[in-house]
Amino acid sequence: MHAVINFVISIWVPLVCMLLIVAVLPLVAGYIVLMERKVMADMQARLGPMRVGPHGLLQPIADAVKLLLKEDIIPEEADKAIFWFAPLISVTAGMLAISPLAVGPWFQIADLNVGLLFIVGISALGIFGIVLGGWSSNSHYSLLGALRSAAQLVSYETAAGMALVGGLMLAGTLSTREIIAAQSDYGVWFVFAAPVGFFIYVVASIAETNRAPFDLPEAESELVAGYMTEYSGFRWALYFLAEYTNMVVVASIATTLFLGGWLRPFAGTPAFNFLDYLPTVLMFVVGGYCFYRVPKQPVQIQKTVLAAVGLGIIVAGAILAAPLLAPSGSLLASAKPGLHGGFWFVLKVGSYIYLFMWLRFTFPRYRFDQLMRLGWQFLIPLSIVNVMGIGLALVLHRQFGWSHWTAFPLTILLTLAAAGWLGWAGDKKEREQAVAGEA
Amino acid sequence: MADQRIPFATHAESTVLGADEIILNMGPQHPSTHGVLRVKLRLDGEKVIGSECVIGYLHRGVEKIAEHRSYTQFAPYVDRMDYVAAVSNGLGYCEAVEKLMGVEAPLRARVIRTLLTELQRIASHLFWLGTHALDIGALTPLFYCLREREEILKIFEKYCGARLTTHAFRIGGLQYEAYDELEKDVERFCQPFDKRVDEYESLLTENRIWVGRTKGIGILTAKEAIDYAASGPVIRASGVKWDIRKAMPYAAYDLYKFEIPVGKNGDTYDRYIVRLEEMRQSRLICLQAIENIPTGPILGKVGKVLKPPPGEVYHAIEAPKGELGYYIVSDGTTQPYRVRIRPPSLINLEAFDKMIRGHLVADVVAIIGTLDIVLGEVDR
Repeated sequence: MHAVINFVISIWVPLVCMLLIVAVLPLVAGYIVLMERKVMADMQARLGPMRVGPHGLLQPIADAVKLLLKEDIIPEEADKAIFWFAPLISVTAGMLAISPLAVGPWFQIADLNVGLLFIVGISALGIFGIVLGGWSSNSHYSLLGALRSAAQLVSYETAAGMALVGGLMLAGTLSTREIIAAQSDYGVWFVFAAPVGFFIYVVASIAETNRAPFDLPEAESELVAGYMTEYSGFRWALYFLAEYTNMVVVASIATTLFLGGWLRPFAGTPAFNFLDYLPTVLMFVVGGYCFYRVPKQPVQIQKTVLAAVGLGIIVAGAILAAPLLAPSGSLLASAKPGLHGGFWFVLKVGSYIYLFMWLRFTFPRYRFDQLMRLGWQFLIPLSIVNVMGIGLALVLHRQFGWSHWTAFPLTILLTLAAAGWLGWAGDKKEREQAVAGEA
Repeated sequence: MADQRIPFATHAESTVLGADEIILNMGPQHPSTHGVLRVKLRLDGEKVIGSECVIGYLHRGVEKIAEHRSYTQFAPYVDRMDYVAAVSNGLGYCEAVEKLMGVEAPLRARVIRTLLTELQRIASHLFWLGTHALDIGALTPLFYCLREREEILKIFEKYCGARLTTHAFRIGGLQYEAYDELEKDVERFCQPFDKRVDEYESLLTENRIWVGRTKGIGILTAKEAIDYAASGPVIRASGVKWDIRKAMPYAAYDLYKFEIPVGKNGDTYDRYIVRLEEMRQSRLICLQAIENIPTGPILGKVGKVLKPPPGEVYHAIEAPKGELGYYIVSDGTTQPYRVRIRPPSLINLEAFDKMIRGHLVADVVAIIGTLDIVLGEVDR
């Protein structure tokens, strides 16, 4: 029996996952957009999409249909072949980067031994799509957007890469699966061992995905839509898809490397085993809320859809509960890591993306020179200090036999002191420049 | 490209583009030029080395129209100039004609005029704050600002039936008697309002990004501001204490106590602080006004057909955006011989080129925003 399961897992699961990624990722991106609009509406004292489906639940599908039906305009002066091809590069890069990610122990297409390196390398290729698209549009706005994008990605890729190096030193491997196993062995997620590294990665990943407050390449109020200005219809949607795919990718990297991947919080502590029931409870609460809202929907079809959604969520909650209730050792009980791992991974990725949205609706936008200064004068030096700090902690632990509990707090404090000094020195320099500028 | 010569009006000294310069055409269709302003930017990379504002896309010939309308008929047209602050426009026009005719509105009318105009100033500044923050990339303040502005527009709607182009006043006094709960509505709006302004401040004032984007951007010194004849918050942020409400009181402003906030550096940040403080001061004026609205008639002694004696008059008020002046020449008939309007937006916009030189493309929208222009008023 187990042999059969192993066969299925080794051959068919990757294939199914691959199909799922190509077929479902656009849908997921659509629903992230819906989530973003709902979060934005919540923060801005309004409702957001409410008309297409109950609570706007079918809005992404309507949007996708609209974008597919729209006329695909290629400007007269554009370099047509490149203009046509550029969005595909971005999308392909984003989708490829998903493949080595392990969404729970069951759902992974390829467990590459250079997994993280592969993701970082492939997703960096997406910039070609942006630069080529901006250049081939033959428009000043697009060109400026593409230039900004190129400069920004190159600078922040460095900081993000260095932040990842810190985590990789702790894990000692590039395989996504083994990184999570390493965190399981350590007993803490790497975010607690390298908080500064996590912070750098958060900032750099926002910049890398062109999200506010670093959304300069597509800064709406300045460059209209940046590199996408001349795009319309489905080609524009492809850029959008690429952007949201990249968000999923960076959120997954952060989850894998810093937030314990598919591990439950306090996975190693039996006292917290009640958290295993949290997924089910959450699902039941959300499903129950759907049913509570059913009578308040104005139209019969919306009532039906919302009831179906609620039922689906409750069934999912029941599926998550089933392994817990099954007798231990049975086949069903052994499904627990796979199902629950997937849940925790998705929850963490969702929280990370929520953080992105929260920042986007709170902060104004950086100016280009400020962005570059932040990247080169603060984040990159800090990420190097962070790598040295983690190195020091590992040396203290391995060579001198210090315990984790003394080595890591010490180096974290040192790194934070360096961060404080960098920030202070940067501010001082800025003030001096301002004074010099006035004089 | 080498021998393609592009003339550029603002750079008289060199009308030919350098090798690494480009011309960026911003507008008239652009998300953040506040209407149909068109700005031609001469860029070196992202640095602005010259600019030219092209206006007139919203020109409707308001001044010419005035010559073919009677004094009363023209009043609604002025609402369409600065459509974000229609009440202030109406106040300026009505008072100018009253001055020309030598009549004065009764005290009750003047107090209600002051009250509504100050509400309008708050509404205009709220709209400015929301869009300015949006230009700089903060998406959320816009909705909070519009939420508060909505309250004011509801008061206008209750008072005169219109929200935007109100035509609230009438030459000689008021068109409508105040409705019963006017004081209550204004108080309900004003009481929590300073807390709300604090809320906007908590989102922006101390925010590192906001400070970085606004401090030292678009500096206008006091002398330059005077030379450009700037007015309103733009000149006050440069440290010049010039406010027509205090300098040449009109309506009922001499009855109320309020401060004139002034800035120091004349940069975008100071203009932001000055406008926020002005909202607080306007709130205080409103609260003082509703304390005691005198009773009495709302219309002075004006005939059904207005026939001012021949002569000319210049009357300026402190509109939310600056000095709004009406110069009216009468030839003794029922129609004005000539109406000339001094729109604060246009005069403030003149300083744009001075302010933008040497800054980056991103600062263009910050400076357009901080000037608080409305194209309906610039182009008339």
